[in-house]
This record gives sequence, structure tokens and C-alpha cells, in this order.
Amino acid sequence: MTRTRREDKLLQKNTSIAIIGAIIVALAFLAYFTYQPIMNNIKLGLDLQGGLHVVLQAQEKEGKKVSADTIQKSIGVLEERVNSLGVSEPSIYPQGNDRIVIELAGVDDPEAAVDIIKNTAQLEFWDETGKVLVTGENLKDAQAQLSSSGGEAMVNLEFDKTGAKLFAEATAANVGKPIAIVLDGKTISAPTVNEPIPNGQAQISGNFTAKEAQDLAVLLRSGALPVSFSIMEKRTVGPSLGSDSLDFSIKAGLMGLLAILLFMLGYYRLPGLVADFSMVLYSVLVLGIMALLGVVLTLPGIAAFVLSIGMAVDANIIIYEHIKEELRLGKTLKAAIESGFVRAFWTIFDANLTTLIAAMVLIWFGTGSIKGFAVTLSIGIVASMLVALTFTRYMLVWFADITKNNKLYGV
Amino acid sequence: MQFIERRKWFYIFSSILIVAGIVSLFMQGLNWSIDFTGGSLLRYKMDSSISADQVRNAVNEFNLVKEVSVQKSGDEFYLRTNELDQEQTAKMTAGLKEKFTNVTLESAESVGATIGSEIARNALIAIGIALVLMLLYITFRFEFAFGLAAVLSLAQVVLVVVGLFSIFQWEVSSYFVAAILTIIGYSINDTIVIFDRVRENLRTRKKEELHTLLNRSIMQTMNRSVNTVLTVLMPLVTLLLFGGSTIKVFVIALLVGFIYGMYSSICVACPLFYDIKQRSAS
Repeated sequence: MTRTRREDKLLQKNTSIAIIGAIIVALAFLAYFTYQPIMNNIKLGLDLQGGLHVVLQAQEKEGKKVSADTIQKSIGVLEERVNSLGVSEPSIYPQGNDRIVIELAGVDDPEAAVDIIKNTAQLEFWDETGKVLVTGENLKDAQAQLSSSGGEAMVNLEFDKTGAKLFAEATAANVGKPIAIVLDGKTISAPTVNEPIPNGQAQISGNFTAKEAQDLAVLLRSGALPVSFSIMEKRTVGPSLGSDSLDFSIKAGLMGLLAILLFMLGYYRLPGLVADFSMVLYSVLVLGIMALLGVVLTLPGIAAFVLSIGMAVDANIIIYEHIKEELRLGKTLKAAIESGFVRAFWTIFDANLTTLIAAMVLIWFGTGSIKGFAVTLSIGIVASMLVALTFTRYMLVWFADITKNNKLYGV
Repeated sequence: MQFIERRKWFYIFSSILIVAGIVSLFMQGLNWSIDFTGGSLLRYKMDSSISADQVRNAVNEFNLVKEVSVQKSGDEFYLRTNELDQEQTAKMTAGLKEKFTNVTLESAESVGATIGSEIARNALIAIGIALVLMLLYITFRFEFAFGLAAVLSLAQVVLVVVGLFSIFQWEVSSYFVAAILTIIGYSINDTIVIFDRVRENLRTRKKEELHTLLNRSIMQTMNRSVNTVLTVLMPLVTLLLFGGSTIKVFVIALLVGFIYGMYSSICVACPLFYDIKQRSAS
């Protein structure tokens, strides 16, 4: 039995309807089921959830050059301090030869965190003449403690072996005299020695609140920075401003997206609908890649995402304009789609590659939020090319099997 | 449309914008943010009934800062000062909390003066590198005349946007640099799409004059040009209206730059290409 051409066409049409139907359902499922995982996994920048960005500059002391080793050690100390703050994913890295960048997101009180970070935390015990008796280098442990009456907070110190010996000698030599406890050149208390202390235990009690005692204990436990740092650059964002920015920009982004979708549908009709489907796929793709790669979404990053949607739409527009032209030349729909794509390919490729150059330079140049912007933009450019040249193309071809009505293509 | 024949007017228009911008740059310069000058920017939320003057007077009473400017927008107050350290910032916050009600420190930025000049230098280098790379790429894929016309057009887009920022004294922060590079990226995209069409038409060209071919190419891509700028502007407008104040200036720069960049792709880059071609032919 041979099938007629008519039957053949009908079969092809039904297959295409089935494919398109399946794709739309798959797309809906994809968008629905990836939404939560993406939202949970995408990393928000400090401008969207509060946090801090600090650049520390090592202060060179006379005769003491700042080496790569000093910076590495400092980073170790800073990491320990930051961990005690309970930040989930701190980012601490060297910049140039004598700088350290610290980026923490999700800190409730970023100003207080900066206070802890910036201290050198050089602890010293001085006698009356200002001679250094023992330093924080010989500490084994430091713990905050509330006095039994509950009012006063203090920090208990425990020296290591050498420290205990030095401290025993120092207290023995200074009975009846005060010993000053000095942190970064500032005297925090100067208790009088009643009797020699041989067991390596000491106590600092100033006028601490419980929080201050906690912070001091953290500083002393993590040890002193091998060199002093000054703050070159500091940006802190409170959590409420962060979440406001997130809400605002998501709202603005969604409205912008909706406007584009409606415009495409109204102006380009059927291909516009295809473009809208590809936008959904595109959005899932870009956000998914960002979540997978651990790219940080920043406030300008959201702007970049929305902009790159415009860019992705542009790829579609270029293709449709080519197809329309081919249709006007009298080609059949399928032939018009095929040659439209061939002609559009290099246009899109060249145009997007030059844009990518700008984005790449921006990645190299930028820090923090700006880098986030450039990375998002780059991912967007690549993804938009992929979606337009594959998904959009096949969707159009399948749609062409269903209906040959040129009016639906705006011609 | 006779784009190429009218190029004199387009050149004059761009020249006026550029000259106005340069005059403004000399007269009043740019409104540099603390990213470049060094200093501190504190952003507080307070009762909206408090006036900027009240805050300024209060801050002056604290005797913490050498200079302060206070800008108010709704319940948000922006305090720009000389560079403050952690202690001074904390004292400022404590002082304001004592004096006014419902005070919260929303964000605090401090930048040392040295970092500012580094950003400025890196920005210029970045823009230069981007332009050179584009020139190379376009020369490789098209030909040198296309690349030169595109890059010259881009450079004047950058000049005009910088000039407008000077004229209107919009704040120039490190976001501005990102905006400029993005504008470069988008404008080159527009230019390439038109040039791509010119290249295609040149391949199948018979006896057509270059200027009519250019006009035809511009018209053939006009739909795309308009629609693309529309789809990019839509989200920018919603970001401007609802996106909060943090990235407002960034979005303004993009809006201005994209519109002028699109105009330049048609009315500057194509005529420039024509003139370069004519000159090298004669």
C-alpha cells in the first residue's frame, strides 16, 4: 500500500504538532521544577543580601618588607576571624603584592564585622617602664567569660609553655606594681599584681560588654596579623537595603521581561511566540548556569540579565527580519526559514562576538559588583546565541509544518 | 532616505554635542563620586519629616568631619564626607541616632584617594583595549575601513556620553565605567549588524553607487535597529522606574548611551565608512 502525498503531509503535520506540544510541556515543566533549585542555589552578592567588601593595605614597617608569605599568613589569620563570624562563604584573596580583599555576604552587622577584621590584634603585657614582658604570640587559648555575678564580662587567657614561664617571671618581678595589658598600642587594663602567677593563666577584665569580650577572645585566639593593615576601600551594605534592592530589581526585571514578551508577540505574531518560548528557555539556561558555576548575582548583574534578554531577543529579530525578506522574495516558508538562518548566522555571530569583547574586557577590569555584571552579560551573550541558533530554528521549522500562512509571520 | 547625502548635518549635530561636552568638562568637570576622589558615603534611613538641613547642622555639631553634603530622597539620606574611619563612622551613627528617630545605617562606603586614581587609569586602559580589540576583530572579519569607521563612531559615542554626564553633573562612579563599556558593547553590536548588511550588499553589488548602497543597507536593517533598541529600552525604563536608587545613574547612562549609540551606528558610522572609502579611493 502506498501512501498519497496528502497523507504524508498530514502525518508530518501531526508529528510536528506533537513535537511542539511536547516541547511546550517540557519547557513548562523545566521552568516550574528548576525555579526553586535555582533560586536556592544562586549566590547573591553583598549588595543583594547585605555584607561587606574591604580592601586592606599592608603597612610597611621600617626594615620589614611585606612579602608574599606575610600576606598568606595574614589571610590565614583573617580567615579564622571571619569563620568565627559565622559567614557561610567568605572570599578572602590577595590583590597585587601588599593588599588583601575580603568579601563577605550575608552579614547582619557588616560595620561590626569590619571592626573585628581591621584590628592587628597585637597583644602585649608591659611593665611600668613600658618594657614588653610577654606578647600574644605565646597564647594558647582565649575565652570570653561572664563573671559569676553576671554583670562583668572578661577574657580568660591561657599561655603556652614559653608564655607561662615568661608570665611567671614577669609577675614575680612586678609584685605590687601594675602590668599594663596593651592591644594594638592601646592599654585596655592595667591590673596590679598581687602575687606571682606560675600557672600561665591570666584574665583581662576591662569595662567589657559580653559582645566586646567575645570579639576580643576571637581576635586573640586567631592571633595577631603579622603586619598592620589600613583600610583602603570599604563598602558595607545592611541586610535591609540588600533585600530591598533584590525585591525592587526583581520586580523591575519581571516587568521589563513581560513588556518584551508582549512586544514580540504583538509585532512578530507566530515567530514572536516562538521567541517568547525561547526567552523562557534562555532565562532558565542563564540562571541555571549561574547557579551551577556559582556565579554571584549582583544588583548590576540583574540589570545585565535583563539587558541580555534584550540581546537574545535581538538575535530572534535579526533572524525574523531575514526570513521576512526571503518570504517577500517569493520563497516558500521552509526555504525562507532555512536561508534566513544561514544569512542571520554570521550577522549574529559577528555582532555578539564584538559585544563579548567588551564584556570580557570588563571582567578583566572590574571588581565586585561590576565583575558580576560582566560575567552575567557574557553568559547571557553566549546562551542567547545558542538558543537562537538551535531551539528557535527548529521550533520555527516545526511550526512551518503546521501552518503555511504567511500572515502569521507578519508578511 | 538619504542618510549619506545628509551626513554633513549628522556630523554637525555630533560635533555640537561633543563641543558642548568638552566646554562643560573644562568649565565644571565631572561630578566624581568617592570612588575616584576618595571619601565616605553613608546612607541612612530616617524619618522622612527630617530635612537635609537639619541633618547637615547636626553633623557639623558632631565635629567629626571636615566637610559634609547631605542629599535627601524620601526617607533616605546620603551623607558625603571626607574619608572616615570605622570609629568616626560609628560615632556619626550613634550621634544621629541620639538626635533623630528611626535611624538606621543602610550602607557605608569609604574609599582611599589612591584607589580612585587607579580606577580612573584602569578604566581608560580598559576602554582603550576594548576599542583596539574591536578594531582588530572587525578588520579581520570585514576590512579595515569598517573597523576604523566603527571604532571612531564608538569613540565619539563615549565622548558624548561623558560630556552629557558633565553637562548634567550626574555622578560618575565606578558603575559609570561599566556603563560606558556596556554602551560600547551594544553600540558596536548595532554597527556590526548594519555593516554586515553592507558587506552582503557589496558582494552582490552590480553598478550601484556606494552611497545608495549604504542608504539601502541602512533601510534594510532599520526595522531591526528600531525593534532592538525598543526591546532593550523597555527593561531599562522599568529598572529606572522601579529598580531603586542604587543603580539609577547606571541605568541613566545606559539609556542615554544606547539611544545615542543606535543613532550613531546609522548616522555616524555609515557616513564615516563612506568618507573613509572615498578618501582611500581618490
